[in-house]
Amino acid sequence: MMNYAADDGPPAITIRGLRVARGAQTVLDDFDLDVRRGSLTGLLGPSGSGKSTLMRAIVGVQRTAGGTVEVLGRPAGDRELRDRVGYVTQAPSVYADLTARQNLRYYARVLGAPISDVDRAIEQVDLESHADHLVGRMSGGQRSRVSLATALLGEPEVLVLDEPTVGLDPVLRVQLWELFHRLAADGVTLLVSSHVMDEAERCERLVLLRDGALLADDTLPALLARTGAADAEGAFLELIEKADSEVSS
Amino acid sequence: MTPRITLATGARVLTQLRHDPRTIALMLVVPSLLLALLWWIYDGGIVFDRIGPALLAIFPFLVMFLVTSIATLRERTSGTLERLLSMPTGKLDFLLGYAVAFGTVALVQALITASVAIGLLDLDTAGPAWLLVAVAVFDALLGVALGLFVSAFASTEFQVVQFMPALIVPQFLLCGLLVPRDQLPAFLEAVSDVLPLSYAVDAMSEVQQSADPAVWGQIGVVLGFSVALLALGAATLRRRTP
Repeated sequence: MMNYAADDGPPAITIRGLRVARGAQTVLDDFDLDVRRGSLTGLLGPSGSGKSTLMRAIVGVQRTAGGTVEVLGRPAGDRELRDRVGYVTQAPSVYADLTARQNLRYYARVLGAPISDVDRAIEQVDLESHADHLVGRMSGGQRSRVSLATALLGEPEVLVLDEPTVGLDPVLRVQLWELFHRLAADGVTLLVSSHVMDEAERCERLVLLRDGALLADDTLPALLARTGAADAEGAFLELIEKADSEVSS
Repeated sequence: MTPRITLATGARVLTQLRHDPRTIALMLVVPSLLLALLWWIYDGGIVFDRIGPALLAIFPFLVMFLVTSIATLRERTSGTLERLLSMPTGKLDFLLGYAVAFGTVALVQALITASVAIGLLDLDTAGPAWLLVAVAVFDALLGVALGLFVSAFASTEFQVVQFMPALIVPQFLLCGLLVPRDQLPAFLEAVSDVLPLSYAVDAMSEVQQSADPAVWGQIGVVLGFSVALLALGAATLRRRTP
């Protein structure tokens, strides 16, 4: 993999006027977003704010009602993107009746990735000691790491990770965030959702979502300067308050 | 469709099954035990010779329907199907992977059941025994295809199991096992004419009665139903969902 210069080339992800409706309810409305190549972007917001829906739209598994989503210059979900975009759902999508290694071997064959990637991915999520255990007998945190390892197979250029650190102990969380930073430094574009605000401080850019609308899209220092808050959580609450008072006035 | 992915999917399904030896044992042994029970009930004899081959057709259909419908329902609800379809997996890779895996199991099941029926229970067939096994494997594929299709219409395992009495039992009642099809009331005979299991059982009876059985027409019908159901099943696999 090569290193991309800071502002090199077109964005990895470009979203314009995205609309997603579920039944009568509008989940995302007229949504715009650009994500720079090789960046690590945190997607934050309360549960139900549309984070997962936005990620599904970027991967191309979400039925949309309007707008465009482009990834690496192709429409989201395009055939050409299917081995270039890695995706981890909130609920681990791996086979409970296979071992971690068997799961990864299967997905590696589907992706056409070299079989040596399996050991590398297991190591990256620190699961060597449990590689030959059945996923069904693993703890929740271990299962989600198997699911995360799957997304690291091959050489994905974009990683869309929905709450990858939920249920993990603090040491492991720090390790995984270090891994995300290393991947970004290698040129991989990462979009990571979380509802844990202190994780936000590890992202170079923060996208705050609320009720399907973009509340803020900025670096952490800029957000803190704008709101006068001491940390990400404070900034977020400040922005929500401001948005509410604008609506009511 | 990519052969690499189809075969990887088939191998993966068999590996999952390997972790579940109890299910393998039940799939392979229960048909033979039921056949033996039937032999006991009818004390060997002519009725057993007539019903035995029909059951050789029904077991693989029923068993493969159940395992496939539940296995694919799990793929739909656990998110693994969505993940596979967001990868380079083609819909046919997924469907044919299951067909390859459970077709292989059906072959072993049919070999065991036919060996027990002919070797131990003296089932009398005029036609060649390998044809019984071949028909059984095609029936298994029919069960796989129906299971894949039906799993799209169930959201829980309770629901999917209820499709068995709804879709399989009527075919069982009308396939000619209880009353020969040409002696059914005219309307029911017409219904049995459009049910795939009828043709499977007809093919088995033909092998049982004729030294030079002509079964490829019936097998063709069974295969045609399987292909049509797989096509319908493919239509229910969506990359984009609400």
